[in-house]
Amino acid sequence: MTSITVQRAYGPVVEGEALLSEEGFSPRYDLDRWSGLITKPGHRLEGTSIVDKICFFPTAKGGIAAGWAFYDIKWKKIAPKAFIFGVTNPVMVQGAIFAGIPITEGWSRHPREWLKTGDWVRVDPARKVIERLKEAAR
Amino acid sequence: MELTPEEQTILGGGRGEAARRALDYQIEVGKFWGAQRFVPVSNVHMMGDIEVMGDAGLEYLRAEAERGARCAVGTTTNARCMDFAHCERMGQDPVEAGKERELIATLRRMDVVTTDTCINYQTVYQPHLGEHVAWGDTGTVIYANSVFGARSNFESGPAALAAALTGRTPEYGFHLDVHRQGTFSVELAAKLDDLADWGAVGKIVGEAHQNYYAVPVFHGYRRTPTADELKHLGAALASYGSMGMFHFVGVTPEAPAVLPGEKIAISEQRIRSIYEGCSLGDGDARLVVFSGPQQSLFEMKKLASLFQGRTVKSGSTCVVTTNSAVLRQSRDLGYAKTLEDAGVTILEGVCFYILQNLSPMREKNRWTNMVSNSAKIVNIIGAHRFNTILRRTADCVEIACSGILE
Repeated sequence: MTSITVQRAYGPVVEGEALLSEEGFSPRYDLDRWSGLITKPGHRLEGTSIVDKICFFPTAKGGIAAGWAFYDIKWKKIAPKAFIFGVTNPVMVQGAIFAGIPITEGWSRHPREWLKTGDWVRVDPARKVIERLKEAAR
Repeated sequence: MELTPEEQTILGGGRGEAARRALDYQIEVGKFWGAQRFVPVSNVHMMGDIEVMGDAGLEYLRAEAERGARCAVGTTTNARCMDFAHCERMGQDPVEAGKERELIATLRRMDVVTTDTCINYQTVYQPHLGEHVAWGDTGTVIYANSVFGARSNFESGPAALAAALTGRTPEYGFHLDVHRQGTFSVELAAKLDDLADWGAVGKIVGEAHQNYYAVPVFHGYRRTPTADELKHLGAALASYGSMGMFHFVGVTPEAPAVLPGEKIAISEQRIRSIYEGCSLGDGDARLVVFSGPQQSLFEMKKLASLFQGRTVKSGSTCVVTTNSAVLRQSRDLGYAKTLEDAGVTILEGVCFYILQNLSPMREKNRWTNMVSNSAKIVNIIGAHRFNTILRRTADCVEIACSGILE
């Protein structure tokens, strides 16, 4: 089994399908807050749904307004299962905790070195560990 | 986290259920960032309107108000998404307007002072050196940290509201000395004689150092910058770089005696290249916006002098946003009349980029470009699919009146 550790983490244990992004994320700049699709023209994941995914983003983008946005998408049942950030910022953390969405920061190894979109992963915030349980079918 | 006896009382429900829930939430945020304790805050500034909060946020506010939520310290609101006097003409949704009215009433029940301004630091509350506050939006935070030497993190709506209810915030980030040190130096070798030039500096520096904990130290500038110039600099740094603090040698209270780290310089040519780098899209010049942040009284005065005796081109729209206090004074002083006589729309208590229904508004008016002297708004309005063009203030006025974009 392949796994990494993270520096900081919040939330309960969750399992789900990994979604890897090479570009940072803002729920205000990049996301359609009615469908859960990334719609920002030119975003590397344009057209991709984040609903129920375990989302790996290298950075966080955007300002204060992002704080309410996570609660909004959770309420609309289009939230991801977890946010796994390389580097994040206070607004993302405040927003995710407010919405009860697991969030972590800091990767011991870059996700692209051990994980692919579609792999099944488990996030264990208490242990600060992320494990790959199953590889996606090729 | 270490809790004081008072915090233990709050956590035990001694100050009501709303305060208990707020502190519980703040503890989770504090634990994430490794905060050891809370610091008391003396002022809170929060973002909360129907466009950013949605139905879920409004439902949450209703429930907290029912639980007896009341602010423990002075708390003000950021710019919102509707000026009710202009809603219909702007094509905003009457159902959402009804929710916005309820939202404002609910905040007032909680003792929030609904100032609806993103320039609280110019018009409402000026914290002193070392004072801990809990502010959002980002432009207010960077101004508080940098110019006043006060201490705040970016506090999003839910986090600021929690700080209002408990009167404290977890001690991490810019509350700690360790994160307030300059990390690189920027020599200002350009003249910078328009607000847009200061925003351009923020864009250049912010884009190249996108990191909440990057703290630039500006130096080498040969004049004292005005409050409005520092406002546009800070707003752009926060927007392009996600930065929460800067130093300015000879200007800001915590500027270092020794210049740190990597050193860069900004020349006249580099500023010019920012204007030259804006794509003119299809050449549409029918929307000019002075907003993000709201205009100060001196910005209103300047705009009035530039629009004096002129008229916004037929078919074009020019929008100015400010807060109620500045607008009232601008009316008394005649600036507002001059602008309105010229055909400018003045919106009160809002910011252009968070206007409810902005994307449909853009489509209905067939706007493709947005011209502004604010580097911040040029950056953040992209989600609404505008092509944006940064221009100096007088050039923006010329574009609004001539309808020609060059």
